[in-house]
Amino acid sequence: MSAPTTFAPRKVPVPRHLHAGLAIVLAGALLVAATFVVGSHVSEYYYLAAYTILQFIVLGTAWNILGGYAGYVNFGTAGFFAAGCYTTVVLNKLFQLPLIVDMSAAAVTAGLMGFGTGYLALRLRGVFFSIATLALAIVLQTIISNWSFVGGGRGVYVVRPEISGLFGSYAHLLVMLMIGLATCAVLAAWAVEKSWIGIGLAAIRDNETAAETCGVPSLRLKLIATTTSGALMGMAGAPFPYYVSYVDPATAFSLAIAVNSIAMPLVGGTATWWGPVVGAIMLGSVQQILTVTISSAANLFIVGVLLVAFLIAAPRGVVGIVRGWKRGRQ
Amino acid sequence: MNFSWDLLVNALISGVVLGGFYSATAIGVTIEFGMLDIVNIAHPAFMIAGAYLAYLGWNSFAFDPFVAIAVFAPLGLLFGRAFYRAYHFFFERRGDESLQGLAFFFGILFIVEIGLVLMCGVDYRSITAPYLGSTFGIGRISVSWRLMIPFLVGLAMLGAIQLYLSRTFTGRTILAVAQDLEAVRLIGADPVRAKEIAFGIATASAIVAGILLIIIQPVEPSIGREYIGRTFAICVLGGMASIPGTLLASLILGVAETFTTTFFGPSWSPAVSFGLLLVTLALRPAGIFGR
Repeated sequence: MSAPTTFAPRKVPVPRHLHAGLAIVLAGALLVAATFVVGSHVSEYYYLAAYTILQFIVLGTAWNILGGYAGYVNFGTAGFFAAGCYTTVVLNKLFQLPLIVDMSAAAVTAGLMGFGTGYLALRLRGVFFSIATLALAIVLQTIISNWSFVGGGRGVYVVRPEISGLFGSYAHLLVMLMIGLATCAVLAAWAVEKSWIGIGLAAIRDNETAAETCGVPSLRLKLIATTTSGALMGMAGAPFPYYVSYVDPATAFSLAIAVNSIAMPLVGGTATWWGPVVGAIMLGSVQQILTVTISSAANLFIVGVLLVAFLIAAPRGVVGIVRGWKRGRQ
Repeated sequence: MNFSWDLLVNALISGVVLGGFYSATAIGVTIEFGMLDIVNIAHPAFMIAGAYLAYLGWNSFAFDPFVAIAVFAPLGLLFGRAFYRAYHFFFERRGDESLQGLAFFFGILFIVEIGLVLMCGVDYRSITAPYLGSTFGIGRISVSWRLMIPFLVGLAMLGAIQLYLSRTFTGRTILAVAQDLEAVRLIGADPVRAKEIAFGIATASAIVAGILLIIIQPVEPSIGREYIGRTFAICVLGGMASIPGTLLASLILGVAETFTTTFFGPSWSPAVSFGLLLVTLALRPAGIFGR
């Protein structure tokens, strides 16, 4: 045989560009299965630690959709997160709905907030956008602190709903839920990155004026990015009141949330969907270990130091290191 | 909401006095952000570091606030110059200012804040001096020296910086960098050195503002966050690179905050500066004195 060998049919049933997506779904399913099998055989602490790390996977991924792909740095992650939290608090006080409804409502609230931020980004580019998001978070915090229905500045206790016999404990259920949410978030980021939206956002990141001149619908793309990003952050916040069972504005709007959701994508690498996941797992585990071994103030300090160290030594994060290493081998 | 003319006049006066102090906190941001295009959101954190330096000096050597200014402001100048060198080397030179540079300053803000918590705890710290307790009054209006001194020092500092920038060769180079960096390079001046000096001045002003802050009120590490909104709101409202604009915007913000505190309660005052900032950005991004 001569030439035709090169045209031999490849036995790849799935298009190559869907591999990553399948891997994400598979990883999510495996994690759910693992959690199910482990059940209540391990100490509840591990579930709480896993919950925190998963929460940061969602937040980091959500931040990256806007910050990494479009280059719009959002300092107000805590605002969106808290919008999700307080949606749950309000619904919990009014109706006692299942958590999944709370999460959907939180997605709508924070998504709308994100949509509004998108309009802000219509006029404000670069740094001004970042400062405006910070401003938004603080204004929201002041409003919540003065709103007595949700406890005001003193905070509010949230009663956990009853759970069915399927789950060992409430922490068990929350972790399952978070695995599902993290899987959805990473899938969303992957889909955005690989589609025309991601290409358009990258064009905006590199040169917004040039992109607009070439016909990139920048407003529509930015609105898609801010809404998706905001909705995911809100959904990450929705189960939080049940996780801590007591929320006050200082916890929900904590600066640690904003710093972590920026540090994790930057440490992992902002260019790809797996960068924030790597960053969140790395920084999240380090923080959990440090909180247990040293103190929670020290762990935040080390997050700050790690962020600055990575920015200086490896500005493209772990993704950049891996790519450089691959290139070196070729 | 109980209204009276006395209350109104007093609120107006203390707003103006507070605004004078705010101008001291914001002048550094005007220089860094407005003139040098460096988004130093860690500026308020440097300010809190200054407040803690004043506290440590007062606690261990019984430094008077003015002695503290004389000792720590030059240190701030040196630190600022070194800090800018590092920032320039790692970020500006690579063209990484936008995403990485911004995150860098955010990280620094966080490190300074948590570092202060680890070193000094989360308790409120304050200093005192014999002359700070008394008040100063004309007719029915009275202002305490605790507020009056920061007001006067703030105005003096703004005046001094304005004079330096407009009268000296280096100062004019800094203003030129603010207008057109490439042109400065073409005529043979060194823009990096000018930026370094300007950043040093801005950092020194942060230290002074911190010392003034601890004269006014007790300080704890996270208090700096409130000043992110205030300083950037003032900088934007004042038209980015304008020192008279900074002063006017500070006075506006001071009066707006005092009115909010007097008539609606102090829990609403954090939203004033950020609200003002959002409104300015949405309606007139060029600020009052903008071109």
